[in-house]
Amino acid sequence: MIEIHNLTKCYDEATVVDDVSLKLPESGITAIVGPNGAGKSTLLSMMARLIAPTAGRVLVDGLDVQETPGAVLAKRLAILKQNNQVNMRLTVSELVAFGRFPHSGGRPTVEDKRHIDEAIAYLGLNELRDRFLDELSGGQRQRAFVAMVLAQDTKYVLLDEPLNSLDMKHAAAMMKLLRRTADELAKSITVVIHDINFASIYADHVVAMRDGRVMLEGGAVDLMQELVLKDIYDTVVKVREVDGHRLGLHYL
Amino acid sequence: MQAAASMTVRVRPAAGLMLAVGCVLVLAAISLFVGVADMPLGDLISGDGSAQAIQLLLVSRIPRTVALVLSGMSMGVAALIMQMLFRNRFVEPTTTGTVEAASLGLLVVALLAPGLPVFYKMVVASGFALGTTFLFLRLVSKIPAGSSLVVPLLGLMFGGVINAVTTFFAYRYDLLQSLATWTNGDFSGVLRGRYELLFIAGGLAVLSYLAADRFTVAGLGESFTRNLGLNYGRIVASGLAIVSMVSAAAVVTAGTVPFLGLIVANLVSMAVGDNLRRALPWVAVSGAGFLLACDIIGRVVRFPYEIPVGTVAGVLGSGIFLFLLLRRRARFG
Repeated sequence: MIEIHNLTKCYDEATVVDDVSLKLPESGITAIVGPNGAGKSTLLSMMARLIAPTAGRVLVDGLDVQETPGAVLAKRLAILKQNNQVNMRLTVSELVAFGRFPHSGGRPTVEDKRHIDEAIAYLGLNELRDRFLDELSGGQRQRAFVAMVLAQDTKYVLLDEPLNSLDMKHAAAMMKLLRRTADELAKSITVVIHDINFASIYADHVVAMRDGRVMLEGGAVDLMQELVLKDIYDTVVKVREVDGHRLGLHYL
Repeated sequence: MQAAASMTVRVRPAAGLMLAVGCVLVLAAISLFVGVADMPLGDLISGDGSAQAIQLLLVSRIPRTVALVLSGMSMGVAALIMQMLFRNRFVEPTTTGTVEAASLGLLVVALLAPGLPVFYKMVVASGFALGTTFLFLRLVSKIPAGSSLVVPLLGLMFGGVINAVTTFFAYRYDLLQSLATWTNGDFSGVLRGRYELLFIAGGLAVLSYLAADRFTVAGLGESFTRNLGLNYGRIVASGLAIVSMVSAAAVVTAGTVPFLGLIVANLVSMAVGDNLRRALPWVAVSGAGFLLACDIIGRVVRFPYEIPVGTVAGVLGSGIFLFLLLRRRARFG
């Protein structure tokens, strides 16, 4: 379980994350939603010890992320940030292999190679495995990064806007894949996501943030209420039920 | 870290590397026998009149060739490591103020403690280089990520400012001539006893292979590095230390060769990619080969006079550099 206790992050005067306390479950998909500047990404980065909090702490299975050695934590928790501007010429399989670094220390065993191959196959990258990253489309590259994070084989996977550079087809495919990963591999996947409808359809657990605070914590049904959405996004979002899913129509 | 499937596929590039090593050995052999003084192979073997030939070989030709190989490989490796740490394809010690800072350090020693043994001169010079490069890295991380060309442009200006300070004091204290030899690579003056510090640079280049994976991960960025449980700051510090010592060793011995590392690292990246496990040996071998070739050209073009290797490399290098720039623009534009 990931426990967040009174987490706060301030930059000079601005408080980006304001006294957040949460418990994230051991399995399933948790979606963190909210308007721009709500502090979602900052929260995620603090959970993965990429940013040091101003106050409060994060415990991953009881381990304080700020005090636990990075190598220990890297076997339990993986994070993929958004906007990965990587202009390195690595092949897909080389990149994914680096996901095993916490386990292999640079000397991959048979076990490591199995994980690498599985992650590549899982994301449908078999044909692209010897291609360089700079020869791939944005969506393919994003899949390669996700494969790397999956190869790391951690119980907790944090993804910061994984749908960002994906078109409709690949965005839906990515969410289905994350759903499958959470179910089949019994992982706890936390995604920061902009599209509330993806959260509504695929997430087990939703955390809605605004102005650095948690506005709502609960199931997708709790989020997809017109009054709740108006509160969070400060705009009118009609909610309709389609094929058993509650969808928000913010275009109207 | 070689990925699973590539283990079998990439046997051939290993053969390619062997071939490249062979080419460098041939160039080194040519380098041994090109020079103003006659040194027929027959004399060396036969034994008559060989004392002089062997003397020439031991005191001048072998040191010069070894110095070229060590400089070439260490400058290539330094540039590649730097490109990982800055996450920019256009940096190397001469486009980031590193070499200029090493020269400034050396000038300070020449003014304040001229009697210092050359090893300590190198230590001081690398200290200056390290501090300045670290400062420049901090500066670069503050500017918003825009065009990748902003970083080397800023670096060249930064180096220019440091160089202005150095030149001012060198002019005041009549050391301009020494200054020129520090930054403009010229191996004609390399003799036994005056290049051995380059073994430190060469040793560091070889040693850096042990941390090849870490430098590659650092090239992916700080978030990736920390996610994999590695200490980003420590990787950056050790990488910059290697770069600074290599630059300082070059400055105190034969001088640096602008753009050499940058070109070699870019060409190798295009050919074999940026996985340092694979790229570092290639960069080391190509760096040595390129520098040997430039030096041989410099010795032959106006025989019996010599053109400094820095000039040859500059002419060849700026052409290749321009080609790289235009090619890159074509790819992203």
